[in-house]
Amino acid sequence: MKEKQTARVISQKEIAPMIFDMWIETGLAAQALPGQFICVYTKDKSTLLPRPISICEVKEDKTALRIVYRVAGQGTREFSTYVAGDAIDILGTLGNGFPVEKGNGKKVFLMGGGIGVPPILQLAKEMQAEKQILLGYRDGNLFLKEDMDAYGQVYVATEDGSCGTKGNVMDAIAANGIDADVIFACGPMPMLRAIKKYAEDNGIDAYISLEEHMACGVGACLGCVVKTKEVDHHSHVHNARICTDGPVFEAKEVEI
Amino acid sequence: MNMQTTLAGVTFQNPVMTASGTFGSGMEYSEFVDLNKLGAVVTKGVANVPWPGNPTPRVAEVYGGMLNAIGLQNPGIDVFMERDIPFLKQYDTKIIVNVCGKSVEDYVEVVERLGEEPAVSMLEINVSCPNVKEGAIAFGQKADALYHITQEIKKKAKQPIIMKLSPNVTDITEMARAAEAAGADALSLINTLTGMKIDIHKRKFAIANKTGGMSGPAIKPIAVRMVYQTAQAVQIPIIGMGGIANAEDAIEFLLAGASAISVGAMNFVNPYCTMEIVQGIADYMERYHIENLSELIGAVQA
Repeated sequence: MKEKQTARVISQKEIAPMIFDMWIETGLAAQALPGQFICVYTKDKSTLLPRPISICEVKEDKTALRIVYRVAGQGTREFSTYVAGDAIDILGTLGNGFPVEKGNGKKVFLMGGGIGVPPILQLAKEMQAEKQILLGYRDGNLFLKEDMDAYGQVYVATEDGSCGTKGNVMDAIAANGIDADVIFACGPMPMLRAIKKYAEDNGIDAYISLEEHMACGVGACLGCVVKTKEVDHHSHVHNARICTDGPVFEAKEVEI
Repeated sequence: MNMQTTLAGVTFQNPVMTASGTFGSGMEYSEFVDLNKLGAVVTKGVANVPWPGNPTPRVAEVYGGMLNAIGLQNPGIDVFMERDIPFLKQYDTKIIVNVCGKSVEDYVEVVERLGEEPAVSMLEINVSCPNVKEGAIAFGQKADALYHITQEIKKKAKQPIIMKLSPNVTDITEMARAAEAAGADALSLINTLTGMKIDIHKRKFAIANKTGGMSGPAIKPIAVRMVYQTAQAVQIPIIGMGGIANAEDAIEFLLAGASAISVGAMNFVNPYCTMEIVQGIADYMERYHIENLSELIGAVQA
């Protein structure tokens, strides 16, 4: 059940330049799935629209959610000033989440690039599989890398070559000579396009989490659509709603 | 206390409606809102055939509001009749269907199909969407074209018709008079104001369509002014909208001359907004000892 509520900030810290890590106490944690997101609202009434932010981790006792986000503008800058005890308005939990069962018992790639890294953490925690976690960063600020180490074999790629493979997560696959039966990924569009192609070339399934500008977050406004191979069930026009039909799609089903 | 309001012979339990395009056909918001408590659900625009809409990005935030250029993505009248109408019929609220088209014939086709469905109380004719290249706005920015399409639709419509007016005109009262003269039963205003936003870092338009329709609290004073001017110019009732965020805003529109109001972009910000407005209007009526909502309509004093 989706709900908008005023939750409470438990803690917040900057874990890399402009990357913030916030724990929020909320009952919505009880229903949170890996790959789902929440909408966060600003207190400044000039910035009205909610900011969709992926769920990074769910506290073991299901009473809190962790979000890790990049300060990208006015809204996220406001969130970054919140401290423990502050009220935070959120709507959730939203979206379909990753199909964890498709990976269970298999050899998988869990791939995150940039600010697409955070949702991979809860996925890695929940999936029972031979997990190869590929993380792509700009530089040596390997946020969340240590958290991931506990849940699988981590491979890092950095654009500046300061850690791991120089390049992106696709380069890390080649450099390490690894393979998988199925891929789960979140990251920038060029990375997702490369994964879609890699999956098609290798005849494996890939589940990718997409991002788009949103207004409502609940499937009403039709702002955040992605072109689909098949006719979508809502508008019957090959345009699925990322917020509700996604954000996770089977790579071969979307035209990106 | 009586919160009922009547437009063109149709009585609504209260004046609070949903602005077309911000509420789907009610399904998505039924998790937040008790649809039984709304005056009416005004649906997303529906055409004779499915429309894919515009490329993304389709939405952008601006100061105190937003821009959108969805482009009227919709499943077409067949799916709408089979899926959306039966869903809405489960609720004790009135159904107003927003109709869009690219030609007079398109509109008339949809209007005739909806005529078969008695559960639909009124039709809102979208001649003011700024985001589609053909049709729609072309009918809403020239008084003679508006007169013509209103007359053609009125000939075929089984339900009373509401012409939804664009604010992107020199004189909205001229458009209002043309619609009234052609037989429109009611008017709704305002649709969004055409705007633009440029991302200076990417040096690109924030919206793929380049321009988008602006909505949200920042446009409210313009909408109140246009509702007031239109109410002075015509006899037919008006559904007022444009940036309504709370009961105080809604009451402003009623005082300016609207017989009902619609909540649009603020549904995205506060999904419980419509319910809070229904309660807030009731509280206001109690506070000022207003027995009938009709006492408020157009009651602003010079």
